[in-house]
Amino acid sequence: MAGVLVPRRAVVIGATSGMAEAVMRLWVSGGTGRLHLVGRSRERLEAVAGDLAARSDAVEVTIHACDLTDPAAISAAVGEVSALDPDVVLIAHGAMYEQADMQEDLALADQQLRVTGVSPVLWAEACVDALDRGVVAVIGSVAGDRGRRKNYLYGSSKGMVERAVEGMQHRVHGSRQRVVLIKPGPTATPMTAALDPGGLADVDEVARSIAVGIAKGAPVLYVPGQWRAIMAVIRSMPRPVFNRLDL
Amino acid sequence: MTAVTAWGNLAPAEHSIVALRDRDSAPGLVASAERPGLATGLMRSYGDEPLNTGGVAWDMRGLSRLIAFDSETGDLTCEAGVTIADIQRTFAPRGWMMPVTPGTKHVTVGGAIANDVHGKNHHVAGSLGNHVVALTLARTDGTVTTLDGPSDPMFRATVGGMGLTGVILQATIRMHRVAGPWMSAEDVVFGDLDEFFSVSAESRDTYDYSVAWVDITTHGGGRGIFTRGNNAVEQPPAPPPGRVVTMPFTPPLSLVNSLSLRVFNRGYFALKRSLAREALVHYDPFFYPLDGIGRWDRMYGPRGFHQYQCVVPSAGAREPVSEMLKQIRVSGLGSFLGVLKVMGDEPPIGTMSFPREGVTFALDFPERGDATAALFVRLDAIVSEAGGRLYAAKDARMPKEMFEAGYPGLDEFVAYRDPGISSEMSRRLMGE
Ligand SMILES: Cc1cc2nc3c(=O)[nH]c(=O)nc-3n(C[C@H](O)[C@H](O)[C@H](O)COP(=O)(O)OP(=O)(O)OC[C@H]3O[C@@H](n4cnc5c(N)ncnc54)[C@H](O)[C@@H]3O)c2cc1C
Ligand SMILES: NC(=O)c1ccc[n+]([C@@H]2O[C@H](COP(=O)([O-])OP(=O)(O)OC[C@H]3O[C@@H](n4cnc5c(N)ncnc54)[C@H](OP(=O)(O)O)[C@@H]3O)[C@@H](O)[C@H]2O)c1
Repeated sequence: MAGVLVPRRAVVIGATSGMAEAVMRLWVSGGTGRLHLVGRSRERLEAVAGDLAARSDAVEVTIHACDLTDPAAISAAVGEVSALDPDVVLIAHGAMYEQADMQEDLALADQQLRVTGVSPVLWAEACVDALDRGVVAVIGSVAGDRGRRKNYLYGSSKGMVERAVEGMQHRVHGSRQRVVLIKPGPTATPMTAALDPGGLADVDEVARSIAVGIAKGAPVLYVPGQWRAIMAVIRSMPRPVFNRLDL
Repeated sequence: MTAVTAWGNLAPAEHSIVALRDRDSAPGLVASAERPGLATGLMRSYGDEPLNTGGVAWDMRGLSRLIAFDSETGDLTCEAGVTIADIQRTFAPRGWMMPVTPGTKHVTVGGAIANDVHGKNHHVAGSLGNHVVALTLARTDGTVTTLDGPSDPMFRATVGGMGLTGVILQATIRMHRVAGPWMSAEDVVFGDLDEFFSVSAESRDTYDYSVAWVDITTHGGGRGIFTRGNNAVEQPPAPPPGRVVTMPFTPPLSLVNSLSLRVFNRGYFALKRSLAREALVHYDPFFYPLDGIGRWDRMYGPRGFHQYQCVVPSAGAREPVSEMLKQIRVSGLGSFLGVLKVMGDEPPIGTMSFPREGVTFALDFPERGDATAALFVRLDAIVSEAGGRLYAAKDARMPKEMFEAGYPGLDEFVAYRDPGISSEMSRRLMGE
């Protein structure tokens, strides 16, 4: 990838995510030599690994399938991660369920919070612990910046990720580690397949910004960049005004 | 239901979109559709071919993974939603390019096979189907079959089969060995159609790629620019081409009126003339000049536009082409683009493939209701008289009789259709 530093070795958790795939393709085209892919489905991981391997003669790709929400599985998988001494760990998995469905079904709400909130935090925690250098990057969302009626359970799982990353950034301050929070706006991936494509950012452009942001080690990355200003306005709206809006 | 439009932006159509994401789950989703479905790629077909109003659209874009590449044979196996842009970008620096590419890189492999697309090298390479080694097809009865080449009649029906025989899940394409991403190209100015045909004939054996742009707005017409080139042997180290400027929204009115057309055509002519000498060009502007303007389709405004593309047999092709130019001039409906190419003799392997021996002529027209329709009737008469046919990928309106006369493989084809698949175009031209 012209002009962007790519990791020599990287680990991706939730590696079958559309956004993660786009980032990894950029990395491989830029010369990344080693990728380790973690996800819940062996078949899907194999397909993604096959794709990346076909894109370059110079990359070695391995996979590890496990339950991403199980703390014991996370502890077990992290040994392999630290043995690789990666320049970057990207934590990408997440799900977005219908707010209305979750209001009917607390078990689904629980799954929302665990898959998109608790699990990424545990992975980040385990990686920050196990590594002594490099970048741990977690994908949050603009939806974590303020709760709104249309998706606050998804949003609160992302809000949780943000608080945890903030603490980890404080923890690693002054060390050779960086922790990066990536906050995408709505992007065209399988997660948003049912939404109006007109309002979605192109995943390859989002991936490029993510790759650049990770290379710079910026603490909080809004992608596309205009979301930083938009969310600043939304966060600063007085509650009585905000609550009257149909957002 | 979600409204989608094809490239011509003629009319939005409501679909229930089912995103296919991976090879394992895709066949089940295809088999479980409750209503007739249709696979859709990047919607670069202009008319009603990629539409299935009120039905299911299987969105193939998520099936975007490469599966295997054999650097000995150049055989690339990939999922059907992989784009030609991705393949060219990934493989050109490694010494391989698509054996055939259309004039935009924003198409999927599945969509390109379903139209058996042709490119600037048709006269040496034939169409894409001539380079497809194998296909995997999922049908709505739940079967998944690997079709190994043109000896299989289902393979021949699927190449150029407009998505109607099943959903292509993956394909193996034999890539073209090149030295790198650069082309050696030149532009030659011609003054009339006779000159076009002689430049074409003289370039045929020495240039692998050729296409001509015809200025259809000036009097005494038929002048134009003939672009020809080869894959360059010497490859310079150089940066990739610049960023795309996108038309962000549909302007309220069509920007293509006769004045802007005249200015565009004259300006383009002057610009191109100044470039008329052999030069190294990156493959991107060489193959995909229009991709540099992003969503240029939106320039035609909310009513949309048509592309009219025909092929007529080369024996006596000068007459019909010249007659079409005349009819367009008389109509005053101007066209942004007039693209002419002499095709090769290699027969297509697809039962319903458009490419054939002859001359192909493609023209864009903004939708202007009755006036446009009346011009098309006159053009149809010329094409039919010459024994030619129209390209389904570009069509939203050809009469059924013209389709039947132009595609003699039709009777054989219908037996291979998937009964659970239907499109706006298939209902218009085949009754179901
Ligand atoms: C600027 C421009 C230039 C062009 N130049 C050329 C050219 O030079 N030569 C040429 O031949 N064409 C050309 N075309 C036409 C274009 O190549 C075809 O329309 C192509 O089929 C579009 O691919 P797509 O992925 O967008 O498919 P769509 O338009 O989305 O679909 C096209 C057809 O393919 C079927 N289909 C899509 N995916 C699958 C699948 N996985 N399995 C089964 N069926 C499927 C659909 O059902 C539909 O019938 C051009 C188009 C544009 C916009
Ligand atoms: N797309 C957007 O608009 C957008 C905007 C802001 C933030 N984000 C965030 O970006 C990240 C990537 O999302 P995406 O857009 O790339 O979506 P995606 O393609 O749908 O990917 C989602 C990923 O999460 C995994 N996953 C889903 N449910 C899981 C579960 N229960 N257990 C384990 N893994 C599970 C999926 O694995 P499988 O492949 O096995 O299903 C897949 O790897 C997510 O954190 C998402 O919240 C997305």
